[in-house]
Amino acid sequence: MGINKNSTGFTFGFAIVMVVVVGSILAFLSISLKDLQNKNAADKKMMDILGAIQVDATRANAADMFEMYVKERIAIDFDGNVLRIADGKVDPKDKKDPFNIDTKKDYKNEIKRVVKTSADEAAYASSMEELGLEFAVYRCEVDNKPYFVVPMVGTGLWGPIWGYVSVEDDMETIYGAKFDHQGETPGLGAEIKESDFQKQFVSKKLNTANTNDPMFVVKKAGQPDGDYKVDGITGGTITSKGVEEMMDRTFDIYTDYFKTVNQKTSELR
Amino acid sequence: MSTEVQEIAPKKEGLFSKKNRKLLSDPLNDSNPITVQVLGICSALAITVQVQQAVIMSLSVVFVMIGGNVIISLMRNIIPDRIRIIVQLVVVAALVIIVNEVLKAYLPDISEKLSVFVGLIITNCIIMGRLEAFALANKPGPSFLDAIGNGIGYAWILLAVAFVREIFGSGAFSFPGLGQVKFLPSSWFIKAGDAGMVGFYENNNLMILPPMALVVVGVIIWIQRSKNRALIEEN
Amino acid sequence: MEHVSIFVKGIFIENMIFAYFLGMCSYLAVSKTVKTAVGLGMAVIFVLGITVPINYLLENFVLKEGALTWISPEYANIDLSFLSFIMFIAVIASMVQLVEMIVEKFAPALYGALGIFLPLIAVNCSILGGALFMQERQYPSIGEATVFGLGSGVGWLLAIVAIAAIREKIRYSNVPAPLKGLGITFIITGLMGIAFMSFMGIEI
Repeated sequence: MGINKNSTGFTFGFAIVMVVVVGSILAFLSISLKDLQNKNAADKKMMDILGAIQVDATRANAADMFEMYVKERIAIDFDGNVLRIADGKVDPKDKKDPFNIDTKKDYKNEIKRVVKTSADEAAYASSMEELGLEFAVYRCEVDNKPYFVVPMVGTGLWGPIWGYVSVEDDMETIYGAKFDHQGETPGLGAEIKESDFQKQFVSKKLNTANTNDPMFVVKKAGQPDGDYKVDGITGGTITSKGVEEMMDRTFDIYTDYFKTVNQKTSELR
Repeated sequence: MSTEVQEIAPKKEGLFSKKNRKLLSDPLNDSNPITVQVLGICSALAITVQVQQAVIMSLSVVFVMIGGNVIISLMRNIIPDRIRIIVQLVVVAALVIIVNEVLKAYLPDISEKLSVFVGLIITNCIIMGRLEAFALANKPGPSFLDAIGNGIGYAWILLAVAFVREIFGSGAFSFPGLGQVKFLPSSWFIKAGDAGMVGFYENNNLMILPPMALVVVGVIIWIQRSKNRALIEEN
Repeated sequence: MEHVSIFVKGIFIENMIFAYFLGMCSYLAVSKTVKTAVGLGMAVIFVLGITVPINYLLENFVLKEGALTWISPEYANIDLSFLSFIMFIAVIASMVQLVEMIVEKFAPALYGALGIFLPLIAVNCSILGGALFMQERQYPSIGEATVFGLGSGVGWLLAIVAIAAIREKIRYSNVPAPLKGLGITFIITGLMGIAFMSFMGIEI
């Protein structure tokens, strides 16, 4: 070999060439595959939302089914005021489309910190108000009955957990729930993804009457049943608590919005 | 890339010479990466709760190892000694990210399962250990075989541990393509029936917890060493 | 106060070895004597204490979506997080190489004892794990991130010194021959892990 591979110059040159080559390969891949990846992520989200209203969709037909069942995509603020309503086809590039509100990112970047640092309810509310985040809700129709799907994100034992829960038009009866997680312990916390856990939520009610209690309770298995309680997972206490916290915090945001919807429907009747 | 290597190598040495066959068979037992070389333990613990996860992890590790070993072996004469570890890590990390990005675009369901392990694959000491110990000093052909051998040696331990843990921990195991395979009739399991508790068998939840992976690997080492006395340590 | 809580959490509740089982390879291989265990443990504390804050800066000023706004507000939409693995690992590897050079120069005896495992610190999962947990948990300041790194390192040191001490003593016990060495170490670590699980879920 003509060059000394251990000379300082060669070492630096090698490092620079390597960084440039690897960097450009990765950047090129990331940019060229971005659209496909976004489409996959959007399809997955649609499947989850449809799952919450008990409609099974596949990746292939998710977009069509979503258009068929989901009538309106609504963005609200922290006080429950409706900001925007979109219908028809989802545009994954349109930032204004309520479908593209990234609850997971908002939670990771902002909400999680606010929840952790707020001393009490009032402090939490005022910092959330300040953030000015938007929240999505999906009005769906199955067999001419309206359902409202609410996306939510929380924290499990090892990482984020998230889900979609649908309520009937009385705004308190749960019609279906779909949860997922990033890395909960298989067989324990990961059970929230299984239908056995999710089936429990069907026809349960949100606790809208007593504001001191949580909106929904995931209790220890074996404790007395109730309208707004489901069995937690044995050995998955922290994940179960995460689901409870996530549901309580999220539905709290939607309470006011649900009230206005309720008024409208009763006026129509 | 790997197929090219396979074509070139036989002319020089014979890809399946005795020495090269040893590269393939040794890691399965005598120099198994997990039980003898003590490499790649972290991932062996984290993902052996279910056979399915173990399969995905094994395949990804075999793939990344082959890619990494061949690439590093091709570059072995120009990598400066002082930054060799960075070079190795960057090659491995780039390979893993590329695999994950491509899967995300074309096979999103598999990528979802894999993405959790990405960090674990990058830091899997087996990959780094073999790059450092073998690929840096050997031609691409043998490096390729070494990667396959060690990859399979890693995989079978992983699958064995996952199999034991899933059977005892969940009473059934799920395998991609097979669905859930149950071993015991569900009427055997203890649950609350109309007339009190029925059934007599309960899953061993301890098996699902990470520490039990260590114990299972310990037992595998025990069995392996009682068969292969040469591996027994002094103290 | 927050700092103390993060530090204690890193040592006991979120122990890298017993709660997350990260960094097992060097943990098992270099725990034959307490002396080398302390050396490696110190190296891990050092590397974690340096790399976590550096990666924190990297994450918050380069990689995160909108992190580049300090250059120009136009870059608010750039998201480089797909590069985070490779950037973190590059920082870690270069830091480790630096540590290797320093140890080789100033403590040749230790360098001889640690042998191949010093370079392997780079792939010690606990180091990358530290960076990824830092990213995941979104610590509000670099101080807390550093304390987290140091705490995790101390937790790792505690774990490896504990197992090394046990291994030094167990030499005098009548362990079945095939189980000697590695086998029994696995099983003891498993039992220690179960013991440490009792810390899980404690809120400080």
